[in-house]
Amino acid sequence: MAKTIQEINEKIRKGHAVVVTAEEIIDIVHKKGAKKAATEVDVVTTGTFGPMCSSGAYFNIGHTKPRIKIGGGTCYLNDVPCYTGYAAVDILLGATALPDNDPRNAVFPGAFRYGGAHVIEELVAGKSVRLRATAYGTDCYPRKSLETWVSLKDMNEAVLFNPRNCYQNYNCAVNLSDRVIYTYMGMLKPRMGNANYCSAGQLSPLLNDPYYKTIGIGTKIFLGGGIGHIVWQGTQHNPNVKRGANGVPRMPSGTLAVMGNLKNMYPAWLKGASFTGYGVTLTVGIGIPIPILNEEIVQYTAVRDEEIWTQIIDYSENYPQISGSSLGEVNYAQLKSGSITVQGKQIPTGGISSYKCAKQIAELLKKKILTKEFYLSEPVAPIPSVGSNISFKLLQERPVKQKD
Amino acid sequence: MTKKRLVLSFPATLVDQPIVYHLVKDYDLMVNILRGAVTPKQPGKLVVEIYGKKKCVEDGINYLSGLGVELQPLAQDIKWHEEKCVSCTACVPICPTKARIVNRETMEVSHDKERCIACELCISVCPYGALEIQF
Repeated sequence: MAKTIQEINEKIRKGHAVVVTAEEIIDIVHKKGAKKAATEVDVVTTGTFGPMCSSGAYFNIGHTKPRIKIGGGTCYLNDVPCYTGYAAVDILLGATALPDNDPRNAVFPGAFRYGGAHVIEELVAGKSVRLRATAYGTDCYPRKSLETWVSLKDMNEAVLFNPRNCYQNYNCAVNLSDRVIYTYMGMLKPRMGNANYCSAGQLSPLLNDPYYKTIGIGTKIFLGGGIGHIVWQGTQHNPNVKRGANGVPRMPSGTLAVMGNLKNMYPAWLKGASFTGYGVTLTVGIGIPIPILNEEIVQYTAVRDEEIWTQIIDYSENYPQISGSSLGEVNYAQLKSGSITVQGKQIPTGGISSYKCAKQIAELLKKKILTKEFYLSEPVAPIPSVGSNISFKLLQERPVKQKD
Repeated sequence: MTKKRLVLSFPATLVDQPIVYHLVKDYDLMVNILRGAVTPKQPGKLVVEIYGKKKCVEDGINYLSGLGVELQPLAQDIKWHEEKCVSCTACVPICPTKARIVNRETMEVSHDKERCIACELCISVCPYGALEIQF
């Protein structure tokens, strides 16, 4: 019997809802069958905790007296530059931003110890950061410089806004070259010395709802320990890729744009990360509840690591040059076992995304629903799925001719 | 039986001597070279773990001191800041001695001090600064 989100919320309100994690549902569907599981279970909670570069936050720091228009000027938080192309005291900080004087990869590989993501983590932890701003001054905003400590509680708004999070599946990265390479998939030893992967597999939100049948724009989510919403499909959202019979993409596919109130988040679920030789990024904790509306939905959530496949990609040549093809396919049960075999060679595996934390998030979200702290929301619009006219384009460069 | 981890500093005059051979042959010691920097005609360094009967270890150490090798206990250690670790497992394939261990049931990472040789490879691989060298 099909259920609605309203009916599920009513059950949550009455304390009757049955909520399980995406790990727990596997056995339930296996033992009882999808039909029975769909009637018994109301919500399946998912989770993921991994580095997500396309993340950032915007702040309204409050007006100074006299007023300053930082818009069009400059602004730094703990020496990390912010974007100032908005109004007077609205600033945006990207996770990957670096202090102007950071040596970057000048001495390779750079350490990238501190950047935008670390500022966000410190602010979320309740710390004060140093704000330094300059402005050109106008009749209505005469002030030209500002230096002050700020913390989240002083600000009018502090909003996490991530244009691309929560990748539905990701590459397994190896290095075919003869030298060590440093990537966003970690350090990769030469001649396939290790293979790194980055997905929570059977716990990952979009792998449990492969066609985005319940997860949509407006869906309320666990974000960085607080509450957030899905606001759009993420950038590079690419539903039209090769999929298995279970509907699960066999390569990076769907993505989500998410936002939420930074003031209610926790540093344990929003962590600055430094990738040697690559840069700074933000590790984001996301949990998405999947309402079990019918048998089909519960069948999707029962997906197991061994049924989720991904591509093995060479990051020394194929990824940077966009050339060549996949070296083969592996599933997440193999990746999580600690070693895989590629072209006859046994290779140790390493994770970039934390399964342990993903599981904690799914458990936390389950608890929040059971204690009526978290109700499900109806999506207001769907995320483009298979068959939509979305395509993943490379930039077609049109060289600019220099005039004499 | 006893085990000692030592940092051996050799004067330039000693680097061409087969000292490890004598430790093995004459003193019946198992010598595990953890790290080494030996260049002809320059002072050298070896980080070793020696294992054998208590008396043999003592005699071996006396032999080294007698030759003019400077001995220091290996106090260098990798400190694992558990509270910073998220158990992503990025360090696991990098560790040459399998000191970074994953419980494959829970995917939780732990650190085995006994296996760690303080090679420091894991430090730059950890995105969260959860591994640190301590002297």
